[in-house]
Amino acid sequence: MTGLAQLTRHRLFWPIVALFVLLLASTLKHHTFIEVTIRDGHLYGGPIDILRRSSILLLVALGMTLVIATRGIDLSVGAVMAIAGAVTLSQIADSPDPGSLTTVALAMATGLAVCLVIGVFNGFLVAVLGIQPIIATLVLMTAGRGIAMLITGGQITTVTSAPYKALASGFWLGLPIAALIAGFFFAVVAVVTRRTALGVLIESVGINPVASRLAGVRARTIIWTVYVLCALFACIAGFLQSSNIMAADSNNAGLFIELDAILAVVIGGTSLAGGKFSLTGTLVGVLVITTLTLSITVIGIPVNAVSLFKALVVIVVCLLQSPVVQHKLRARRRKAAPVPVEVPA
Amino acid sequence: MTEQSTTPIVEMTGISITFPGVKALDGVDFRLLPGEVHALMGENGAGKSTLIKALTGVYGIDSGRIVVGGVEQVFSGPAAAQAAGVSTVYQEVNLTDNLSVAENVMLGHEIRRFGVIDWHATRKAARGYLQALNLDIDPRSSLSSHSLAVQQLVAISRAMVVDARVLILDEPTSSLDADEVARLFDVVRTLRDRGVAILFVSHFLDQIYAISDRLTVLRNGTLVGEYRTEELSRVELVGKMIGRELEVLSELETSSERAVVDWTGTPYLQAIGVGRKGSIEPFDLDIFPGEIVGLAGLLGSGRTELARLLYGADHADSGETRVAGEPVRLRNPRAGLSRSIVFSSESRKTEGIIGDLTVRENIVLGLQAERGWLRRVPSRKADEVVDRYIKALGVRPANPDAIAGNLSGGNQQKVLLARWLATAPKLLILDEPTRGIDVGAKAEIQKLVAELASQGMSVVFISAELDEVLRLSHRIAVLRDRRKVAELVNSQDVTTDVVVDLIASGGTSA
Amino acid sequence: MATDQMTVQASGKGPQPTVKPAPRRSLPVLDRRYLPVLGTFVVLVLMLVIGGTRYENFLSGRVMANLFINNSFLIVVAVGMTFVILTGGIDLSVGAVVALSTCISAWMFLHGWDAIITIPASILVGTLIGWIVGVMVHVFEIQPFIATLAAMFLARGLCYVVAPESIPITDATIVKLSETRWEIVDNFAVTPSGVIALSVVLVAFVTLHYTRFGRTVYAIGGNEQSARLMGLPVARTKVLVYVISGTCAGLGGLLFAVFARSGYSLTGVGMELDAIAAVVIGGTLLTGGSGFVLGSVLGVLVLGLIQTIITFEGTLSSWWTKIVIGALLLVFVILQRLLVVRRR
Repeated sequence: MTGLAQLTRHRLFWPIVALFVLLLASTLKHHTFIEVTIRDGHLYGGPIDILRRSSILLLVALGMTLVIATRGIDLSVGAVMAIAGAVTLSQIADSPDPGSLTTVALAMATGLAVCLVIGVFNGFLVAVLGIQPIIATLVLMTAGRGIAMLITGGQITTVTSAPYKALASGFWLGLPIAALIAGFFFAVVAVVTRRTALGVLIESVGINPVASRLAGVRARTIIWTVYVLCALFACIAGFLQSSNIMAADSNNAGLFIELDAILAVVIGGTSLAGGKFSLTGTLVGVLVITTLTLSITVIGIPVNAVSLFKALVVIVVCLLQSPVVQHKLRARRRKAAPVPVEVPA
Repeated sequence: MTEQSTTPIVEMTGISITFPGVKALDGVDFRLLPGEVHALMGENGAGKSTLIKALTGVYGIDSGRIVVGGVEQVFSGPAAAQAAGVSTVYQEVNLTDNLSVAENVMLGHEIRRFGVIDWHATRKAARGYLQALNLDIDPRSSLSSHSLAVQQLVAISRAMVVDARVLILDEPTSSLDADEVARLFDVVRTLRDRGVAILFVSHFLDQIYAISDRLTVLRNGTLVGEYRTEELSRVELVGKMIGRELEVLSELETSSERAVVDWTGTPYLQAIGVGRKGSIEPFDLDIFPGEIVGLAGLLGSGRTELARLLYGADHADSGETRVAGEPVRLRNPRAGLSRSIVFSSESRKTEGIIGDLTVRENIVLGLQAERGWLRRVPSRKADEVVDRYIKALGVRPANPDAIAGNLSGGNQQKVLLARWLATAPKLLILDEPTRGIDVGAKAEIQKLVAELASQGMSVVFISAELDEVLRLSHRIAVLRDRRKVAELVNSQDVTTDVVVDLIASGGTSA
Repeated sequence: MATDQMTVQASGKGPQPTVKPAPRRSLPVLDRRYLPVLGTFVVLVLMLVIGGTRYENFLSGRVMANLFINNSFLIVVAVGMTFVILTGGIDLSVGAVVALSTCISAWMFLHGWDAIITIPASILVGTLIGWIVGVMVHVFEIQPFIATLAAMFLARGLCYVVAPESIPITDATIVKLSETRWEIVDNFAVTPSGVIALSVVLVAFVTLHYTRFGRTVYAIGGNEQSARLMGLPVARTKVLVYVISGTCAGLGGLLFAVFARSGYSLTGVGMELDAIAAVVIGGTLLTGGSGFVLGSVLGVLVLGLIQTIITFEGTLSSWWTKIVIGALLLVFVILQRLLVVRRR
């Protein structure tokens, strides 16, 4: 078998190809797209823009990857983002000194605490009561935005607070703070899951929860933990989002981000059926989705058509990754082996 | 039977199937005659299931011919096979338990009038098919309200609806008790006398000799031969199946001298009135270091339930457990694990192996669970442990990076044993460790258990095969109806008959 | 020697008495399967009683008629969703398909097409998208969640292409459909949309309970592997449920066009969640194999009543609708879970 054939079978091959095609198309349209320049001591340019815009989705997708690896799904992340923004901005708006670092830190702590409770609630439904994740998190997906509006009194709460604004718009060491935050958490999760046994235990719980429990793995605790983590990451994403517009918009904050996050995870090669997960894959998936959105505007296609192109990319990538197509591709190279049908014992 | 004179209903010639890396079947010939019960024999991995799946269209074949009823067939799947009169009843009863008995029997063949289902007529028809097998149950009742044995008969009724000329029974008896087996065999004989060709797969030699007319033996994906059952002795049959002299088995016979157990000290585990509502009534049980305690009883007698309480897989709602004399509460598996108690479940696939993980990850999992997620087992230590147990237990393939789910049943069992032995347990609870695995692997596992006990490990050994329990155990606890009814010290005088009597009498004499 | 070993094992099995308990029950008084639907019905009645005692005119014919009229499209969509969920799948595309259907009909009317072509076309768009989903799920083995998600993006994207701005519908047939009311008693009127919705429910009921296809849907939800080994047409059925769901969404879109008399690309955002919530509140298990299409109708009515009560209350803000639906969903899901656990 040739090296190229092996390469095309790598599960990230097609997503990465898609990423390059998008970057290439954007660059062909605007030759400066790919250039990174230094302006006011900050890095500017298409790639930096992609990184900055990816940060929110990356945070959400990070938690989602862990949840999906345990055979779960978390539909409530968008609503959690809305709640995080609502809680934090309401507190900042009500404080006498919205610009002070302490105020912002305290408000963010409150936001994190509320989201912690949400994560614990989701985890309780799934891990303890044994409710299907999709329906357990649908509860907060539905009610969450209502709760966020309850907090803001149905208004779009706006604030003026320099420290909070820096979260999304600031730069540090020439790089956007938002991207640094997302990158930091990505690195932490990557190191923690792979350098400790957490990763393999999450996978074992995802593949076979009953056997894992009998093997002495704290399956329940692990499942509970990933939902809490997912809610916390969504909370931080909510901070970035609300800092971006400096407003808590309960209706639109993180709207449909759960779908983008799930897509990113799936494009990255983690199966919705749980088990083996790939954080690198998720990162690639996030970059593909963000680049897609950005490229479309750069290339000059109406913004409204974004979802059409998203659909096409998703369909193409999923089809190319699907076992059937992979099998067909392989079959062209050598004689087909029978596809065993699994009969559960 | 007059099978000699009839032409085969199924004739498979030169069947070959290759899976990635494995030649599952290599030029196998197989003939099935109308009105016979034909046993398909072979160890695990010999290719029995593959041959059946080739016949029923679940797998495509790479080469060879399949002729059914004189017509060459390439079945696209079970539906096509059924249409040609080939029906299969699997060990795990492939019906849907959210529907009623009548629906399960008639699904896809409901009687219709004016394009819609006539439920009255459909139920009546279902009742007819059930009664033809002497099964007098309400067709409206939910399938899940019936025992596995009845469900199996319902599955056979279903096969009759499609007018099966060939009925394949894949390990139908492995979860049935004696009476249920007898009932099943009555049905099988009735069908045979009606001219149905029956292909029967079972691990129980006695049943093969009781029911089959002819048998075909496979080994390593190749055909060993086709024989008349009455003309082949059991020793010969086993010899053909495992394809080597019976050293392993005889060796075990001699090595079964049990080490002496000291019953005066403190038991490693002491259960005093431990029980759980709806699963097992309170029982007392002591397990001493170096002792093998066998649990005997029928399926559903509470063997597994008792074992699960000892480990903490379920938590007891009464009684007291002492480990090394110290009272403990075993609320979850981790509690058992932390007391050096380990439990290997009878359901390898669903409660044992983590299918998509590698052999290495599966073996290290117990050790890792004990250490918690923060302290990863150092890879050098993991390598060493994995290497040692793959060698010691003879796991094949001896590749730590193989995906555990792809291994054969016997090798998965060995991986599970390795997982537990790696944690250096003081009490090893084995629930049906030898079920559904081939004779060779069985003997190896029995030998290993005896050795471990002689080194001081306590073992609780559960098996449906009484002689296996008797051969290994120092003491035997007898269970019946979710109650421990007797306990006896093993000796020359304790035979299977003694234990069977105890089970039958409910231990009133003990 | 080996022979002894083998025979002993089986002779041990021979004389054993049977201790298997007889089947646990013969004829259940009330089939457990009906309990969730009954629960939904009780909730519905309770809400009607509470509404009736708290607010004047709550139980009037007009309010009740509006409940049906305003939710007829959701009923149709929920019926389609029920088929999919019964097989253990999920269809996230329905909201977007509803939007696409209304946009296409508005666009076609705008460009002078006749109703006789436009109406079937707007429904068939849903059928086509359902078929694409079915093929993705079945032939390419893409998980339903992802396949229908892609279909959702696809349909929503096409909406923007077809109708970037809201397009009013002035076609005579649609106007007539939307204005016709057949009054029965005391202001309780029936509209063509309501009649269509109820016919869909009826057809779905007969299909699910009186056709082989319908029973196969349940069998697949119960155990797909078994259904396949039983020789049932699993492939065809799985594709067909998505086609049905798509068609229902297409029809729902048409009804929405009649209701709103315009086509707009942002129609039906989140409607898939309402449909799923209605199906779940209606007692269908998301794992598949258990549930009733009538339950889904009750589920839609419960959702509609929540909205109605909050409107009647007046002082309550609109976001309470979401919170109450979420809470209700929570209660039902937990109750269902308890039911399943007790059955074990």
